[in-house]
Amino acid sequence: MLFFELFVQGLIHGSMYAMIAVGLTLVYGLLRILHVAHAGLFALGGYLGLLITNATGSLALAMITSALIVGLGGMLVYRLCYQPILDRPPYVPLIASIGVFIAMEEVFRLVFGPYGLTYNHPHLQSQVTLLGLNLRGAEIGMVITAMVLLGGLSYLAQNTRIGIAWRATVDDPEIAESFGIDAVKVRYLNFFIGSGLAAVGGIFISLLSNLVEPTMGGVPAYKALAIIVLGGLGNVKGTLVASLALGVVEAFGTIYIGSYLDRDAIAFAFLIAVLMIRPQGLFTGR
Amino acid sequence: MGIYEISLATLVGINIILALGLNMISGFCGQISLGHAAFYGIGAYTAAFMAKAGAPFPAAVLAGMVLAGLVGLAVGLTSLRVRHDFLAITTMGVGFLFLGVVRQQEILGGELGVSGIPSPGLEKTGYMVLVLILAAFFTAFSLWIKRSWMGFAFEAVADDEDTARVLTVDVAACKLTAFAMGTAMAGVAGGLYASFARFIMPDDFGFITSITVLSMVAVGGIGSVFGVIISTVILTLMPEFFRFISDYKLLLYGALLFGVMRFAPEGLAGFTRAVRKAGIRSAGKKEAAG
Repeated sequence: MLFFELFVQGLIHGSMYAMIAVGLTLVYGLLRILHVAHAGLFALGGYLGLLITNATGSLALAMITSALIVGLGGMLVYRLCYQPILDRPPYVPLIASIGVFIAMEEVFRLVFGPYGLTYNHPHLQSQVTLLGLNLRGAEIGMVITAMVLLGGLSYLAQNTRIGIAWRATVDDPEIAESFGIDAVKVRYLNFFIGSGLAAVGGIFISLLSNLVEPTMGGVPAYKALAIIVLGGLGNVKGTLVASLALGVVEAFGTIYIGSYLDRDAIAFAFLIAVLMIRPQGLFTGR
Repeated sequence: MGIYEISLATLVGINIILALGLNMISGFCGQISLGHAAFYGIGAYTAAFMAKAGAPFPAAVLAGMVLAGLVGLAVGLTSLRVRHDFLAITTMGVGFLFLGVVRQQEILGGELGVSGIPSPGLEKTGYMVLVLILAAFFTAFSLWIKRSWMGFAFEAVADDEDTARVLTVDVAACKLTAFAMGTAMAGVAGGLYASFARFIMPDDFGFITSITVLSMVAVGGIGSVFGVIISTVILTLMPEFFRFISDYKLLLYGALLFGVMRFAPEGLAGFTRAVRKAGIRSAGKKEAAG
């Protein structure tokens, strides 16, 4: 029973990682940038979601609004932060991105205070029993939302004109442009979708811990970086598998080897072990 | 000099050794590391426990240097397997792994850290002088490496690994040497820090520290010894200058990192080079006109 419970907990965490990591891997696939500021957008999503939920009482409204606003925020980050330095060596956008992330964390701290905010609607923390497990409503909601959003994204990428243009640009930007695809528009779309997903992930993690705080983006974001590397950098399918795998490894690891390593260290030990065996990540290609 | 200035100068010296170590790996040899603080931590913890066990100060720092260098060599082995962004994330993972191990082991002090580290047996001014002499030594060492044949090979690896290999540069040996030397320097810095602060805790060696060191290197101009030293001095002292707006100092720090990368991506060294070039060009024009 414990085995099953740990497995389910792992998948729940994994689906949260997936929502953050997909945005990162999309950015990497298109621009070859490790987009650390994604973590700031994720925290911004958490803050907006909490503020709107507390003000209006509607979680659905909060999710849609904050996904839209954070999506626009992502486009702004691309325009101001990455576009001017795309042709530089990779550490330049990486450090610029870390700078933006630190500044964003500080803005949250200065505007909303250092101690964090909580939801004032207790029913959001309700529990349900499913398949013999006590799960929180928010956990089930998160898994379903992740499946719907990521399924929708995959439909968009496979079956629509926009999706085809997007995949073509990821494959080969120059040839895609010669076929009349506007690569800049594709990038904006990419940042919009990736950041919107991160915002939804941010709202769910804040529901699970009933807390938003300035530094909430840090650890999930570092793990998301590990995940996209595990998944083969830029490979969306690999990222999804790696997210779930990492969630499960962490859930078991904290129980069985938790006294030697903490949760974050387990995640990175797993990452390093996999990379030593498969230096290109679990999946290759894009 | 008051006590305050003396401890600032000591800290500047320690950070210079730390940053020059990373400059060896990321600047000279082109291997971006996001986990440099782990080696700083290994040096500090080793030196702290050696000193508490009664080892004399030089032996403690030396032990920190050797252990950090050995672990660095092992991490360098990963750089033979994974490259570029994969390596950056792997080294970030090494940083978190170090923190995770230290935090969970009661024997290493756990979350509370290690306190009561014995004094190095020098008073504050003497210790500052010692640290600054060591910083000067590592500066000279860096310059010597950069101008040597090995520095030339490092540069080839940084520029283009595959071409370097074709030109019979032993890429693996270069990377391992750079990692071993750079992390050993971090170990020295850690040992010096442990005896200076006399109290260390896991968070002193976290991801933020790794990023701070990387920004010292990048803001100075990656690979430029003097650029790195100047930016280390500025970035170490900056929080002190901004103390009157201490609430905003991290915000300014983030903005500075972004601003330098956005407007002067080659750092201070690149900026002065550009200014000098512009000066020569305008002088040339004057001559041509005159």
